[in-house]
Amino acid sequence: MFYREAGQYKTNYAADMAVFPLRQDRIGLAVILGIALVGVPLIGNDFFIASVMIPFLVFSLAAIGLNILTGYTGLISLGTAAFMGVGAYSCYKLTTFFPGVNIIVLILVSGLFSAAIGVLFGLPSLRIKGFYLAVATLAAQFFLQWAFVRVPWLFNYNASGAIEVPQRTLFGLPITGASATPETRYFVCLGLVVVLTWFASNLVHGKLGRSWMAVRDMDIAAELMGIKLLNAKLTAFAVSSYFAGVAGAMMIFLWYGGGEANDVFTIRLSFNILFMVIIGGLGSLIGSFFGAAFIASLPTILKFGLPALGVPLTGATAEHVTFMLVGALIIFFLIVEPHGLARLWQIAKQKLRTWPFPY
Amino acid sequence: MAQAPDLLAQTIWEGLVSGVLYALIALGFVLIFKASGVFNFAQGIMVVFAALTLVGLYEKGVPAFLAVILTLGVMFALAVTIERVVLRPLVNQPDIILFMATFGITYFLIGFGESVFGGSPKQMITDQLYLPKGAIDLKILGGIVSLQKIDIAAAIIASLMIAVLALFFQYTRIGRALRAVADSHKAALSVGISLNQIWVIVWFTAGIVALITGIMWGARSDVSFALEIVALKALPVLILGGFTSIPGAIVGGLIIGIGEKLGEFYWGPLIGGGIESWLAYFIALGFLLFRPQGLFGDKIIERI
Repeated sequence: MFYREAGQYKTNYAADMAVFPLRQDRIGLAVILGIALVGVPLIGNDFFIASVMIPFLVFSLAAIGLNILTGYTGLISLGTAAFMGVGAYSCYKLTTFFPGVNIIVLILVSGLFSAAIGVLFGLPSLRIKGFYLAVATLAAQFFLQWAFVRVPWLFNYNASGAIEVPQRTLFGLPITGASATPETRYFVCLGLVVVLTWFASNLVHGKLGRSWMAVRDMDIAAELMGIKLLNAKLTAFAVSSYFAGVAGAMMIFLWYGGGEANDVFTIRLSFNILFMVIIGGLGSLIGSFFGAAFIASLPTILKFGLPALGVPLTGATAEHVTFMLVGALIIFFLIVEPHGLARLWQIAKQKLRTWPFPY
Repeated sequence: MAQAPDLLAQTIWEGLVSGVLYALIALGFVLIFKASGVFNFAQGIMVVFAALTLVGLYEKGVPAFLAVILTLGVMFALAVTIERVVLRPLVNQPDIILFMATFGITYFLIGFGESVFGGSPKQMITDQLYLPKGAIDLKILGGIVSLQKIDIAAAIIASLMIAVLALFFQYTRIGRALRAVADSHKAALSVGISLNQIWVIVWFTAGIVALITGIMWGARSDVSFALEIVALKALPVLILGGFTSIPGAIVGGLIIGIGEKLGEFYWGPLIGGGIESWLAYFIALGFLLFRPQGLFGDKIIERI
């Protein structure tokens, strides 16, 4: 009744090709953005913003990156965390070389280094695919993780072996470092995620996105149609690693604050991001957000939510339960709904469209 | 290298031993991949889980050999469960979906194993299983090469197991059925082979291999979930040897094992050490550039 396309006429091609052809979707998007921009900082306390919303935004961006590679192009990568690490470390090097340049610019630029490394490790994808490629990306994971610890140049020869996030300001407000408030960091994250999601959306709906999907569905047929596999696969690696790199820089500079940099970018993180993509929905941008929200909030919910409900749960048990639950859910989703939460969202919208007369 | 031939021999021996253990994990992968086309990422965690179950049962007061039998029972139950809960509903799905499902199995087993047996490292029950201890010192090449007896035992047991598996695959009814299923699910079904039964058998066999690997590996170091990372080493072994070849798994394992030990020993210190964590992958990647199907793998010819 409220979610109808009846009466919304499309009179030109641009309107017909729109990402959100329904007026209700556009209003919905505006409402969500409004909540994110005004509602969350108004209602949420610092804990909620710093340890729920910021991780959610960071992981969403990383999941979008991996989704471009795995969901849209069909190339499996187990090295996302390593590419995130490249972003974080190159952002750190850049900010020590150019202290005067705005940190947001540097975060965006550091993604480019990650993209370059991603293309380098994507090169084997031209000869190998499937499981073989998954193993090849593990090479990136282990090599880069090793480099973050063993190459002192990367962390400026610090005795601690960790990178320190310096204080950087925007319009006089500190946005990184110890004195930045969660709200300002949240706004920076939100801005970056919104802009980059818009960018990703345009990419996957455009010519490049089409060629990625053709490669995913059947690479030989795509080649016959004139799509250059080399270009499609390497751009997928580049764009995917760019997103991962920006997410990694955000992770260290806007969420963690430095110290842990050498032990967060592990294979565990790579797997977690892969799970976000699987549970959220392969080949769906909105699914990346759903998956990130789900996987990122699950440990917090178990750790703080269940005791609040009266179920006693220690930290260690919560961790085990998280592992079992994530494992079981992956299998459940693969069996019941291979397209993940995004597909459930789509079904809900379809039901709303025909409600209250489903036939 | 030439100045200290005894050190070289020692390094090669250590590489050989870890190569055997990599090969054993890779063997579990190959078994399952051959017979069902599933790339089983969970094989590494199955090794940990089997070893942990064995030690955990022993710590709960079960006699050692009864614990081995009970662990085999657990692995069988695991195989049946995986077949019922995961594989049967996912039959006919793309390979990549099944691959991701084994990630789910991995994570479930990590959580399950830790919550039942605890996450702390445990001592493998070497004495109770009458596994040899101590070392033999060989005087060769003007120095002393020390061989751990447990390593020799591991090599012998591994070769025996591989021989048994090869005979099993080649000469028994079930072995033939397994090869038929590997060739084509549909054709195997149409001649009356029960796919479900075959899957249980294959996963149980992989479980047995996992238990033996777990015992051998646990005897060298503690039994803990840190082995999980070591188990990932089996992946370069696989791409080196080819996914479908048992000899490939063995040769690949030995090449990777020796290669990474030599690399770590001679070139590791030059660039900061600890290169063992990625050297294996680069050796495998190097091979991939020349032979994408691995040393002994089947060449896949694609048509539209």
